Amino acid sequence: MSSRDGSTAVTYEDEHVHHVYEQIASHFSSTRYKPWPIVERFLQGLPDGAVGVDVGCGNGKYLTVNPKVFILASDRSQALTKIAAQHQPHAALIADNLSLPHPPSSFDFAISIAVIHHLSTPARRVEAIKSVLELLKPNRALKQESPNGSVSQSPDSSDGRALIYVWALEQKNSRRGWDEGMAQDVMVPWVTKSSRGTSSKPLKRNSAVEHSETRQSDLSKGSVTAQSRKGESLTPSDSSQTFYRYYHLYRAGELEQDVSDAGGTVIESGYEKDNWWAIIVRNSEP
Amino acid sequence: MKVLTVNFLTCAVKTCKTSPEAFPLHFRDAELAQQDLEFNPEFIKNMLLRLDWNAFRVTTSELGFSTIPAEKPEGDALNDETLLRDLHKVLLETQVMEGKLVCGHCAHEYAIKEGIANFLLPNHLV
Ligand SMILES: [Zn+2]
Repeated sequence: MSSRDGSTAVTYEDEHVHHVYEQIASHFSSTRYKPWPIVERFLQGLPDGAVGVDVGCGNGKYLTVNPKVFILASDRSQALTKIAAQHQPHAALIADNLSLPHPPSSFDFAISIAVIHHLSTPARRVEAIKSVLELLKPNRALKQESPNGSVSQSPDSSDGRALIYVWALEQKNSRRGWDEGMAQDVMVPWVTKSSRGTSSKPLKRNSAVEHSETRQSDLSKGSVTAQSRKGESLTPSDSSQTFYRYYHLYRAGELEQDVSDAGGTVIESGYEKDNWWAIIVRNSEP
Repeated sequence: MKVLTVNFLTCAVKTCKTSPEAFPLHFRDAELAQQDLEFNPEFIKNMLLRLDWNAFRVTTSELGFSTIPAEKPEGDALNDETLLRDLHKVLLETQVMEGKLVCGHCAHEYAIKEGIANFLLPNHLV
């Protein structure tokens, strides 16, 4: 998707990410209640009274982890933001992750979980990480020059830090079966079961799993057939709807590269359950 | 939206972010509601440390609160439970349900509906 220019990318993401989330919000939300362990650990490790942002908060499932910090959560989806706004003592607002309404250099922490992979060009993904980094308090760590001349940074624990989480290409044990070498830009189906076409009805929890996100053979071969899919299609029975969301699946090392291109330093990173994650700080100004 | 929230917001337009006129955003036609929330004195004390007091004074005067101290409470004042309860009421329990937030630099207006502010920009401002 590297040839896609900025405004085309915006229109594309509108149709294949934002519109879809608006449509599937309540069903999506009913399946998203369990925080991932790495995110939970990150939020629980914050000092009391820390102030941060949750960029692309979805239904706000991470707002329940630590009530002693204050989180300004934002999402493009009005429907999801409404759900997120119910979690106290935090705040939720509607915003685009490339135009965040926050003063730069003023936050102790940030999380952006399962968000960056929805941006459809490399430049916009780097820009999204940059937008998060800019909000963080600058890294005041001393630069240390080692005898061989390389400079390393050892961040102070009070420096602003962010946790970024993206879907991995390498997930051959997941039911989607993607793995190294496959196409990274994919359309992933989401099926909402609904009665008489009211797709916004939440499901009972036990049935609310991504049961129908089966792998599409054409997608795994690498063709993103967006034009033929208008974001939704009704099955003959009219009881369920399939929505396709755009994802860029990250391969090993790619998140670290994007962070570096965005002016950040990775202080810890890893793989958790089909996702790559990284805890990052801002580079000191030269 | 909470009054506390506005202390951490500025205009979403890139060229406004470094302008002192864009912070704080200004309320217009604000309709308030009260929401009961659990009083946590430690949380309020922690938020006081982080609050930009001048901006908070601007915000509260726009919303019609007249009893906010001129100086940020510090030291012994932080043990005054009445004061902390008052601040809890203003910062967390006062909800702006409808109205607008206006940038003092570019004059763009952000709508607040059903307690949620919308910062999505029209294409020409992105
Ligand atoms: Zn502005």
